[in-house]
Formats: sequence, structure tokens, C-alpha cells
Amino acid sequence: MSCWETIADYGLRSIGIGERLLPRNDFTLCQQFTLIGSGMIWNIYFGVLALCSGFLLATAVALGKAARNPLLRKPSEWFIFVFRGSPLFIQFFFAYFLFLNLKAVYPVFSPLTSAWAGALVVLFLNTAAYSGEIFYGALKSIPKGDIEAADAYGLSGWSRFRRVIWPTMLRLAWPAYTNEAIFLFHATTLVYFAGFPIIRQSGDALYYANYFADKTFNPFVPYPILAGYFILLTLVVIGIFGLVNARLNRHLPQERRKRLRMRPQIIR
Amino acid sequence: MKNLILSTAALALLGSMAMADGHSVVRLGTEGAYPPYNFINDAGEVDGFERELGDEVCARAELTCEWVTNEWDSIIPNLVSGNYDAIIAGMSVTDERKEVIDFSEQYTLPDPSAFLGLGEVDLSGAVIAAQASTIQASHVASMEGATLLEFATPDETIAAVKNGEADAVLADKAFLLPVAEADADLSIIGEDVLIGGGIGMGVRQSDTELRDKFSAAIASMKEDGSLNALITKWLPDSETF
Amino acid sequence: MSIYYAVGTVLLLLAITAPVALAFGFGGALAARSHVAPLRWFGKTYIAIVRGIPDIAFFLFFVIALDQAFEYIRHRIKCPDWADPVWQGNDFVVCNIAKLPLGNAPQWVHETYGFFLAVLTFAIVFGAFAANVLFGAMRAVPKGQLETAEAYGMSRRQTFRRVLVPQMWVYALPGLSNLWMVLIKATPLLFLLGVEDIVYWARELGGAKQPQFTDYPHPDWRMWYFLALLIFYLLFTKISEMVLDRIMARLTHGQATAGGEAQRKAAA
Repeated sequence: MSCWETIADYGLRSIGIGERLLPRNDFTLCQQFTLIGSGMIWNIYFGVLALCSGFLLATAVALGKAARNPLLRKPSEWFIFVFRGSPLFIQFFFAYFLFLNLKAVYPVFSPLTSAWAGALVVLFLNTAAYSGEIFYGALKSIPKGDIEAADAYGLSGWSRFRRVIWPTMLRLAWPAYTNEAIFLFHATTLVYFAGFPIIRQSGDALYYANYFADKTFNPFVPYPILAGYFILLTLVVIGIFGLVNARLNRHLPQERRKRLRMRPQIIR
Repeated sequence: MKNLILSTAALALLGSMAMADGHSVVRLGTEGAYPPYNFINDAGEVDGFERELGDEVCARAELTCEWVTNEWDSIIPNLVSGNYDAIIAGMSVTDERKEVIDFSEQYTLPDPSAFLGLGEVDLSGAVIAAQASTIQASHVASMEGATLLEFATPDETIAAVKNGEADAVLADKAFLLPVAEADADLSIIGEDVLIGGGIGMGVRQSDTELRDKFSAAIASMKEDGSLNALITKWLPDSETF
Repeated sequence: MSIYYAVGTVLLLLAITAPVALAFGFGGALAARSHVAPLRWFGKTYIAIVRGIPDIAFFLFFVIALDQAFEYIRHRIKCPDWADPVWQGNDFVVCNIAKLPLGNAPQWVHETYGFFLAVLTFAIVFGAFAANVLFGAMRAVPKGQLETAEAYGMSRRQTFRRVLVPQMWVYALPGLSNLWMVLIKATPLLFLLGVEDIVYWARELGGAKQPQFTDYPHPDWRMWYFLALLIFYLLFTKISEMVLDRIMARLTHGQATAGGEAQRKAAA
């Protein structure tokens, strides 16, 4: 069987398209690359969706934590504390238990016990808490002058937030936020590893790497392949976030842009 | 910190006292999460059918044995890289495994696997739970119409049946029977399936001497009926030799 | 009983790993800003590769690799005239006196060795993150301070030791404390490294027990054990936060940062 056929058969195996049975013997490198790559679809799915949805909640939570009203501040503080203070491993475990019980009472929640929805919710809340803290830190360090200048222009309320506070906050938080995005993609490997069951052998990259390590009894091939895929993914994430960063800082002179890019490592 | 320094000192010390005999201590690796074959008892020690069997085999082969536990997933890689000398963990003899490790003489007859569920279930087209990377999981994967649901531990597979996530669980019958006894709602359903061979002790392929010693000891236990006694004690529904 | 012991193991591991990882990070950061090109490449590759791989994938094969590497080195030193190959088919066979620990060593030595490998693996992973933070912090030390040192006639070495290293901590601490939090939350993965940690015991003790095998049969109690773990981690995070805030206030004293400025104003 040529490698192209393998890719045709197993390239989309992780989302249930292609051969029903996984290869059982005579494992080739091509099969390992294809299936582990196919599993990456899930890692990217979880990472991208959780990041996008988490971004909105994170902004809200950051504003909540910075708010003067304790009704807004306290819940935000607790939300951030609980999700940042406990291991994701344990969060997945509890979420699965909780979703099972919810499902027993209200059948509406039944998709939540499968990973594609349930794990996404957990990752969404988790990244919202982490990014919320980052955004909150950035919010606190917005230069006083910027806000005073906005006031001087007569901006207030929503327009002041949208035109001055929000962009500045993003600009300050972006490097740390890049790190958070990398961590989030790495965290997606925990989905099937802790709690959520694998249906019809459609798992993520780690599941397939594990499968091959288990069948060939040789961990030194599949895991480095997995590692290679993740290094690529990390490079892509860094690249995309770098582009956004350049856009966020496009009004700054060349020299200062460079200095801003350095600052991140101080925040994280 | 002090502990670490002490132990590195001890390591260095042991390193200098080169012992010629390699197998003065034989380390037995097991999972410790699969009653009645092997489990951790109230005192935190390995216990079960394989504990008694292993101790007896070691006594007969005149070996000093020690028990270690290891995650099921990495139990073979750790054996071949030499972190313990034998696997005794309810591991069925399969062709796949034989390519990588050697097995001693089998100490159980092929043990049937069984389905456990809440009442009668039509197994074709059912959702069936199994522990990931077991022979049962690959069996369900190849069953036409059935949907495989994989969990990391055997406990979770049972929990999945109880909370309705799965219609049935496929596992070794000897593991399922006590569960079915303890819980009135759960019962063995459908026909037993025979997958895999009997259970044997796994050793490194280069370790033929150890394999032969184990095989001889197991053979002698078969002869005088002590193995059958152990099987009747721990695995009441399994066949004896 | 074992679960209390496991709590001790986790705390001890954290206590040892933190300084070791910091040392790795310091080395990595030094290598990354070295003037010797190969050393710089090494430092940068180390940071980039380890940061790009999810820790879980790293843990799954790295411990065995590390163990084999140690044994292989010992094998070459201790048994130079060993005729058989080390890799016989699937087996990794070294001469008996090169085994680590020796085959006849008591169980506690094996456990300590496993613990030591776990510390080393954690230190390598978190060392890369720490290297990244320290690298950034070294660059964040104001140029003026270094130039002043130069003006006083200090050599490159002296400047590094007397000015750069003492001054960089205030910039590195936020990143390092973040890392500490991430490290705490990585401990549930310890069982992958063969160390029986708290999550391992929570699963083991909490799982349903049939009356045949124990004097204390009980149904699935993992929920409660995990709840206890959750509270443990939250408390631990809270205490760490409090301690780190103290250290930060200490370090900020008299520094030319926003925080230092605020302290000065509050005092005045």
C-alpha cells in the first residue's frame, strides 16, 4: 500500500471519515505520520475555538475584575482564581462528572458528555480565566497619559473603551497572550487523556501516538512525531500572533516597536 | 534534599560493589488495578491471584522477588528497557506481544471475556466500553455495528455502564464477576467471547534463562495441583488445568 | 496512608525541582545570549524545542530515554569489553553492573531513582520556560545601569555579576512566579513518570471497591477524593500567591519601575 493510499484512507480518520479499522500490524512510518497528523485536527479544533470564544469572555472578566462594583468584581476574581488555581486535569475530571449528572436531569445537555462539546467548554472557561488575568494586568498598566488624553479629546464611556483602552490593553497583553495561546494548544492533548472517552477510536494526536506506542511497544517513534507536529503548530501560532502584534503596533515608530516586543517576557 | 543526597551516595556505593549475579533480585512488574488478578490491598501492597502465584513461582525457582507497579500503557516499554524483569499483570499471550517480548508457560487457560450491562442489551449496534489499548478494545473496534468507547482505567468503563454512557462493557470475565455480584443492577449479558490466549508472565526476549526458570516453576505448580487450587480460590469461574 | 505520603512526595518534588529548573533556565539563558555561536544556537534550540512540545508528550517517552542514556553511558564506562550489542532486537540490555539502579538494589533506591528522573525531566521542561523568562529579564535591565557600570571601569564579567544578575530579578519575578503556578499544576502528570503522586492515589483509593478484596468496600468515591485535591491545589496556589507578592514587594523596593515608583510615593 503506497503512502498516498494511506493518506487517503486515514487522513481524516480522526473525524470518522475513511477506514473504520485502524491498522493492526506491519505499521509503517507513513501510517504513523498520517494518523497522528489526522489527530491534530482535533487539537487545532479545540485550540482555535476555545481561543476565539475565550477571548470575548476574557475581556469581560478582566473588566469585571477591574470594576469598582463588588457584584462584578467578586465573581470575576473567584472565576479567575478557581480556574487558574487548579490543574486542568482535575477540571476535566469534574466537568465530565458534572455533565453526566446534568445530562441525567436535562437531556438538553447530552452533547456535553462527549469531548467535542464538553471538553471545549472546559478549555473555553480555562483559557478565559488565564487570559482574563493577563488582560487585567495589562488594563492596570495602561499609561495614565493615554486615558487623560482620551478624556481631553472628549471621549467617554463606550467610545473611550473601544478606541483607547481596549487597543492599548491588547497591545500590552499581546506577548503574554501569545504564550497563553501556545499553552492552550498544548493543553488540548489532555482532553482525551483525562476524563473524556474516545468514541470509535477517533481521538486526538496524542491518542494515536499512544495507540502506535502501544502496538509497536516502541515509544521512540510516535511521540517524537507528535512532538514534531506540535513544534510546527507552535511556530504557526507564533507567526500568526506576530502578524497581529505588528498590526496592533503599526502606529509606533520602528525602534519602539522592537522594544515593545521585548517587554512580553517581562510580563509572563 | 537530604534524602536525595543520601540516596545518590547509596547509589554510588552500590555501584562500586559490583554484583556478579544479575538476578539476585527479580523485579516483578504489575498494574495493581485489576482485581482479582492484581490489586492494591488495604495495607497498600500488591495482592491478588498473581501476587500469590508470583510469590510461589519465585519460591520454587529459588529467586528473591520484589513487586513494583507500573501504568498499563507503558508496562512493556519499561520491561524491555530493563526497569523490571518480568510482567505478571493478567497479560494475555498475543502474537503482537510475542513479537516484542517472550512469555513463560501460561498459568491460566484462555480466560473468556464477557459483556456486562444493565439488563438485556442488543449487542450489535450497542455502545460498548473497554479499557484503552486492551485486546478487548481492539475486539470491539472490529465488531460490526458496535461503537467503541475507550476509557483509561477499568473503573471508568464500569462507571460508564452505570451512568448510561455505554450499554455494556467488555472485559475479562474474572474481573467482571465480582462487580456483577456487588451490584444488583449489573449482570453478565450475551455470549462470552474468547479472545487472546491464556495469561503468561512476560520477560525480555534476551532473558531466556529467567523465562525457563519461570516456566519450570509454573509447570511444577500445574503438576502438583497447587496452581489449580489458586485458580479455584481467586478465579472461581475459570477453568482449571 | 499512602495519600499523605504522596502529598509529601509532590511537595518535595516541587521544592527540589524549582531551584534545579531555575539553574537550567539560568544556564539556558546564558547560552542563548552567549557570544559563542554554537552555544547560542544550542541555547536557543533548547528553549524553542522544549517550549514547542506539550509537556505530556515529553513525559511519555523522555523518562525512558533518559534512563537508557544513563545506563548506556555507565555501560560504556564500566564494561568496555562487553561483546553483545546493547540493543538486541527490542531489548535494551546493558551489563549488570551498569544497571541504574542495580537490579538487586532495594525498592526504596528504585523509587528514589525514579523520583530523581522525574525531577530531572521536570527541570528540563520548566528550565526551558525559565530560560525564556530570564533571557527577557536580562534584556530588560535598563541600558543606563550597564553603561554606568562600564563607566566605573567594570569588566564585562564584573558588570554581569554585580549589576546585571542582581538587577534582573525584579523583571524576572512576575514571569517566574507564573511559571511556579504552572509547575504546581503540572504535578498531576507525575504518574506518567512512574512516581505515585496524589492523583494516582486519589484514583486508586477512590475507585469502587468490591467487598471480596477489601475490608472497606465502597462505591465510586473518586469525586470526593478529587474534591479534596481541588481544595489542596487552590490553597497551595493562594499561599504561593501571598508569598510571591511579599517577595515582589521586597524586590521592587527602590527600583526604577512603576511598582518602585508607587512604593516611593506611598512612603513619601
